[in-house]
Amino acid sequence: MLENYFPILLFILVGIAIGVLPIVLGWLIAPNRPDAEKLSPYECGFEAFEDARMKFDVRYYLIAILFILFDLEIAFLFPWATIFKEIVNTEAVKWFGFAEMMVFIAILVVGYIYAWVKGALEWE
Amino acid sequence: MLTLSHFLVLGAILFAISVLGIFLNRKNLIVLLMAIELMLLAVNMNFIAFSHYMQDLAGQLAVFFILVVAAAESAIGLAILVVLFRNLRTIHVDDLDSLKG
Amino acid sequence: MLTNFVIPDLLPAAPELFILAMACVILIVDLFVKSKARTLTFALTQLTLVGCAAITYMTSTGEITYTFSNMFVDDLMADLLKLFLDLTVIVVLFYARGYIAERVSMAKGEFYVLVLLATLGMMVMISANHLLTLYLGLEMMSLSVYAMVALNRDSTQATEAAMKYFVLGALASGLLLYGISMVYGATGTLEITQVAQALAQGAVNKTILVFGLVFLVAGIAFKLGVVPFHMWIPDVYHGAPTPVTLFIASAPKLAAFAMVIRLLVNGLFFLAPDWQQMLMILAVLSMAIGNLAAIAQTNIKRMLAYSAISHMGFMLLGMVSGVVGGDARFALNAYSSSMFYMVAYVITSVAGFGMILLLARAGFEADSLDDFKGLNKRSPWFASMMMVVMLSMAGIPFFVGFFAKFAVLQAVVAAGYMWLAIAAVLFSLIGAFYYLRVVKLMYFDAPLDETPIAAGFDTKLLLSANGLAVALLGLFPQTLMYLCAVALVRSL
Repeated sequence: MLENYFPILLFILVGIAIGVLPIVLGWLIAPNRPDAEKLSPYECGFEAFEDARMKFDVRYYLIAILFILFDLEIAFLFPWATIFKEIVNTEAVKWFGFAEMMVFIAILVVGYIYAWVKGALEWE
Repeated sequence: MLTLSHFLVLGAILFAISVLGIFLNRKNLIVLLMAIELMLLAVNMNFIAFSHYMQDLAGQLAVFFILVVAAAESAIGLAILVVLFRNLRTIHVDDLDSLKG
Repeated sequence: MLTNFVIPDLLPAAPELFILAMACVILIVDLFVKSKARTLTFALTQLTLVGCAAITYMTSTGEITYTFSNMFVDDLMADLLKLFLDLTVIVVLFYARGYIAERVSMAKGEFYVLVLLATLGMMVMISANHLLTLYLGLEMMSLSVYAMVALNRDSTQATEAAMKYFVLGALASGLLLYGISMVYGATGTLEITQVAQALAQGAVNKTILVFGLVFLVAGIAFKLGVVPFHMWIPDVYHGAPTPVTLFIASAPKLAAFAMVIRLLVNGLFFLAPDWQQMLMILAVLSMAIGNLAAIAQTNIKRMLAYSAISHMGFMLLGMVSGVVGGDARFALNAYSSSMFYMVAYVITSVAGFGMILLLARAGFEADSLDDFKGLNKRSPWFASMMMVVMLSMAGIPFFVGFFAKFAVLQAVVAAGYMWLAIAAVLFSLIGAFYYLRVVKLMYFDAPLDETPIAAGFDTKLLLSANGLAVALLGLFPQTLMYLCAVALVRSL
């Protein structure tokens, strides 16, 4: 029973080793001469000007919400796409299969137009 | 071998964690939203497990729809959260106390 | 594979498709409406609902029709509930209009679109023959209603109520879904009619099934708002803007009833002894706690919220008395009494919340019990209407509420639960106290303000009609009862 889990245990161990080894090696082998400049957080060459743990602007949330919605609704396109050839080649459901997805996309577009005209996509 | 009951137990544990998360969490509303999301994923685990062991596709279909509904739900939840934050300036669960009786 | 695919017949789902199309159109049209009053949006929404009712009526065959690979069912019960639903929403929108027009933060086209989408969700729930369809309808309704509660963005109370509603509602959906997954696992199908068949053949895993049933009942109880899953009801009714409260307190109850029928009767009828026991506990607790807690309230929306809890408990009594000792002879009778109770409650509840909207005006909510003081001096007509509503809710003869309670009690007694009937009557007597207190406030106390009632003519007319309906249905309840009975006989 439990031996089935052995590969997983091995996997976890190797994963930990790969993560920890470079850090330990670097700590052991590299010369260690700290000064204030080296210990400060690296920020593209200029000095850090505020704490990184600040609150996010509410506007990010709005974009995130819109992204989640449109992103996941598109998930329905994938199963449809996988059998698209089959749909087109079956005479009986050819147009129905196509129209169905177009209706779905049309409803999404209605939502998109709404968000656009309401100004949800503008930053200011 | 992994059997159906392993997956069901995993689903049940995840579900219990999420319900506890909703009731015990007194601090942050975002964590609450995460608990709700976890709850739906726990159910998805059940559906997938049943679907696989019964060789029936309906369960996987359900997972698709549940995922999408979960996204819509978290979108509404986040939207309400943002409005609430504008009014209250806090997202602590304990501060939701103006309605009582 | 695809050669087996049958192109679905769209006709049974025509009302839903119509509402969906119109909701999209109205959403876009409203973007270009400049006027603050949103008359065009309002008119289009009402036309949509009227059209939807007309289509429902015209496409009704009285037969049980399945479509969309058996995921969707159109039967007489569905048609009847949908007609009631459309009518309720139309009336709700008329009542809400004056209130919305006076408040800038509420005067948005989104309100109407959300109402339409919630209605669509409810109609899908009513016609669901697949656990997934049921879930999708439920979520469509719930998500729209969460947004409606939060529509008044500047009100702390409303947003707080929305958050509470959202969290508890999502929890309820989660419980329901967990139950659904267990039913799927036990029976191997998500189709409600096939679930029933699998149960009849006995080829199921009973342990998993009963385990799932507990979660299903908990989810249903949450959505109905019965004790111990009622925590959200008072806060949401209180915190939400009154038009939204009016909406939540009426239309979703019809859909919740349909959900009970679809899940428990259509699907899990073979487990009736199991779920009846669970519902019985819920019913007694709701009647007790709902009626007792309502006495202590000073806010009328909160009072009506606790009253709703007790009414849902009473409605469940009918569902409890279907099967006794394996004998299902009285089942149809019992369920139709529940349906009649639900419809009667919705009619009365719409009138009750309509009265609050009638008294409200710009900057004044009229949601305290004290605001009803001396209403008789301000408007004898509407005071008498409110009295009719309160007496009907209390179950005093001869208003519609009395016959609703009477029908349910008959079913309970026929099932042999004498103690249950006695308990129900006792709790109703306790409940009568707080309804009669409102009547006393209106007739024997001095008014706090003498402002004449400012509501529009249409609201006044409809509210009068609504109050009269409560009174008249009390005198002639047979037609409605008969309709409910026929609908269930032809559908189950």
